[in-house]
Amino acid sequence: MTPDQIIFLLCAALIVSSALMVVTTRNLVHAALWLVAALFGVAILYALLQAGFLALVQVVVYIGAIAILFIFAVMLTRREMRDKGPQINQNWVISALLALLSFGGLVYILSSWDGFSKTANALPAGVDPLMVLGKALVSPDAFVLPFEVASILLLAALIGAVFIATSSKE
Amino acid sequence: MSIPLSWYLILSAALFSIGLFGVLARKNAVAILLGIELMLNAVNINLVAFWRYGTGSIAGQVFAIIVFAVAAAEVAVGLALIISVYRRRSTVIADDLDLLKW
Amino acid sequence: MSSESIIWLIPLPPLLAFFLIVLFTNKSKALSHSVAIGAAALSWLGGMVVFFRAVGVEHFGKEVFHSSINWIPTGDTWLKIGVLIDPLSAVTLFFVAWTVLMIFIYSVGYHNFGQPKGDHDQPGLPPHGATSEDEHGHKHTVPSIEPMYSRFFAFIGLFAFGMYTLVVSDNLLTLFVGWEIMGLCSYLLIGFWYGKPSARNAAIKAFMTTRIGDVFMLLGISFLYSATGTLSFQEIFTEHTLSVLASTVTPIFGLSAAGLIGLLLFIGTVGKSAQWPLHVWLPDAMEGPTPVSAMIHAATMVSAGVYAAIRMFPLITADFTGHGLTTTMSIIAFTGAFTALFAATIAVAQNDIKRVLAYSTISQLGFMIAALGIGAYVAAIFHLITHAFFKALLFLGSGSVIHGMEHGVLHTGDHSVDAQDMFNMGGLRKKMPITFWTFLIGGFALSGFPILTAGFWSKDEILADAFANGHMAVFITLAVAAFLTAFYTMRQITLTFLGEARTKSAEHAQETHWTMTMPLVILSVFAIGFGWFGIPEEFPLLGGLIPNWLHEFVGGTLAEHPEVLEFNIFPLLTSLIVALGGLLTGWLVYRNVKSAEDDKLQIKVLKNKYYFDEIYDFLFVKPAYWFSETFAYKFLDQTIIDGFLNRVGGVAAGIGHSFRQYFDAPVVNGFGDLVGEGAKRIGKIMAPIIQRGRIQYYMLASLVVAIIVAVLYYFLLV
Repeated sequence: MTPDQIIFLLCAALIVSSALMVVTTRNLVHAALWLVAALFGVAILYALLQAGFLALVQVVVYIGAIAILFIFAVMLTRREMRDKGPQINQNWVISALLALLSFGGLVYILSSWDGFSKTANALPAGVDPLMVLGKALVSPDAFVLPFEVASILLLAALIGAVFIATSSKE
Repeated sequence: MSIPLSWYLILSAALFSIGLFGVLARKNAVAILLGIELMLNAVNINLVAFWRYGTGSIAGQVFAIIVFAVAAAEVAVGLALIISVYRRRSTVIADDLDLLKW
Repeated sequence: MSSESIIWLIPLPPLLAFFLIVLFTNKSKALSHSVAIGAAALSWLGGMVVFFRAVGVEHFGKEVFHSSINWIPTGDTWLKIGVLIDPLSAVTLFFVAWTVLMIFIYSVGYHNFGQPKGDHDQPGLPPHGATSEDEHGHKHTVPSIEPMYSRFFAFIGLFAFGMYTLVVSDNLLTLFVGWEIMGLCSYLLIGFWYGKPSARNAAIKAFMTTRIGDVFMLLGISFLYSATGTLSFQEIFTEHTLSVLASTVTPIFGLSAAGLIGLLLFIGTVGKSAQWPLHVWLPDAMEGPTPVSAMIHAATMVSAGVYAAIRMFPLITADFTGHGLTTTMSIIAFTGAFTALFAATIAVAQNDIKRVLAYSTISQLGFMIAALGIGAYVAAIFHLITHAFFKALLFLGSGSVIHGMEHGVLHTGDHSVDAQDMFNMGGLRKKMPITFWTFLIGGFALSGFPILTAGFWSKDEILADAFANGHMAVFITLAVAAFLTAFYTMRQITLTFLGEARTKSAEHAQETHWTMTMPLVILSVFAIGFGWFGIPEEFPLLGGLIPNWLHEFVGGTLAEHPEVLEFNIFPLLTSLIVALGGLLTGWLVYRNVKSAEDDKLQIKVLKNKYYFDEIYDFLFVKPAYWFSETFAYKFLDQTIIDGFLNRVGGVAAGIGHSFRQYFDAPVVNGFGDLVGEGAKRIGKIMAPIIQRGRIQYYMLASLVVAIIVAVLYYFLLV
């Protein structure tokens, strides 16, 4: 067991247990907070994968913005401070079944792929992954177009969200 | 690195399935969106893992960045919708929003 | 224009008149009668031209006017039709042209042209009078114009066409065509007033009875054609053909072919010329208007029958050797003589002025046919011509009398008086002088009044011929018939014209319009004068003064000129006695008869025409009706044929119905309904299951399907 593996396993455990708590807890605020934990675990994973920038972005964007947004939304859509009844609906059996089935299916399909168990190569030396990422994002013969489109998407989402959330005030 | 790719893939599959369960089985609409977030994260893990264990094309990370942006946008709009619905119908239980019923 | 061309054209104007009136001038009465009379005048002119040219030809019998065309190709040869004017048809053409024209002119007045329209007149019924006001405001009922005026002229035009065709034709086929056209027209004209049931029945009776004769005639024509291969007179009446026909023996009664054909053709004449036993239609034919009676029963139709028989004379006498009549000739002679006497006896007991004349016609035709039967060719023709003139005169005169009487009836308003009953008349000589004198001339001609009238000469010749050739039975029969003829004629004249008026209507009778009296005068000229063309050479005093033109001319028609009879005083005396005696007796008996009760000769049997109508009704008519109504109609047609068809239809309908019931509705419809209904039900059941409006449910469902697809994909393709 290399240290990486131990870290990975701990991290995986965190993520999975947090995720499970997200989908089962009754209290929605708790669910949002468990989500934060899960996201944090994912960030650690990114760091483990030597995608440091992504880890940071994960924390800042996901935890710092999206999770907060969730908490706000939960607060804004509660009638009472108490949680009412079970939060699992009537289809949960089939859903669980399906989830297990999809998990099993995915693993099975992936396992028949011969690259399944390969180990990571060493990163090319002298190349800073962040620089490469930055260049790729703005380079015309790389990914500048998706990048710009994503920004427009954010703009649209922004406007749309504002519009939707406020127009019902009349 | 000594962690086989399979570990990441299995983890990502598990997270995805959990997120799927959350989407399908939770009553509250906001909880459904939480499940979606989990799924998106699972995808991201997958992408970054493949970047790390692949040929070195930066496309994996770029894709992950785009997913971030999309996830953010989607959450924003989705929650705005939920809030709007809450204002109208005073409920966020997904089962109560059944105007599409036959 | 050559005579042949004129001859072709003679029948055409009346035909054209028929079409023009029917198609175009129907509405205008004046135009219709002008077209008709114009056409008759044209044909008359043509006839006269041809006749006078024919008369001018020496030995016309050998140099006839003949023209023919190829008509129907029959194998290697052609059936030819054409026109032929030989002496026989020339004289026939003469009297036909005159009588037809006179009748046409007469019809204008008869149908009251110029009179107002009747009050209640309907087409199909005789006109009943119109009320008119005179200058003092008095209302009078006057005779009204015939509503179907134009139609009448169209029909008599067609009739004239038929007769002319018959006269000018040179073969049996077109003769038969003309014959049948006249049959049709007699039906149309006898039933002219179709609103009267009696007229309708009379028309059918006439047509049916003559049809019986026509069937036999057609048999004769067919036999002739099959035996000789031709129907043209000139080709049949050759020495060779006649001798072949005379020598061929047929299995029927041992007659020779010539005799059999002659007999069959004669039966056609029996029908058409109303000889016994097919005489029953002629008296009933009096239902038609009087010009029709004149036309049919004097000038044209019945004369056509005798004409056809005379035409066939060479065939009838083909095996006649001059000693003893052949079977055919005996039959003909017997029929003629018997009919002459038979009809004369009935005529004595008739009260209707037209019925007397009808039976008189039958009787006189019997004379002609008897003459033919005993071989008196020229005599038959002579009597045919003179009879046409004086009988037409008598009929038209009777029409004038009836008109005068009707005027009286309308004047007095007493509609119970039958204007045709002689016992309602009397004293009309003062009221209707022209009619009286012309009728008297006609009546005397009919009776055979000596020297002055044509009838005497022709009748005398028949009697003389019968006597000279030793046919005593025929002679005596005809003599008795002549006596009766004179008797009933005088009876008729006495009752109608002489003495005092018996009814008010007779007192108010009035002379008729000039269009009616002028033809009477013209015809009476012929009734007197024509006889002088046939005075026998050896007649005491008068003979030889005028050559016997008729004998010379007409006799030339035959291959061998008939011999001139030796003069014998006995038949002459007989004719004188019977004629004068009959006239005197008639006058004496009926001078003082006031009404029908006083008439001793109203013997029931005679009045009822020997019950022949009843006999025929029992023997033929009722069985025919039974056959057609009960057997053919009810049984064969309705029950068997219709029943069968209905059953076929029923079976088809039944099959269709069971298909519908057992297959179409349950299976086909059921299947269709099942599909539709099934889809609907499935939808109804599935809808609440599938479409709940809950998004998680939708997601679940889509995921399940996606997984299933993925699994299938994986297992099937990988």
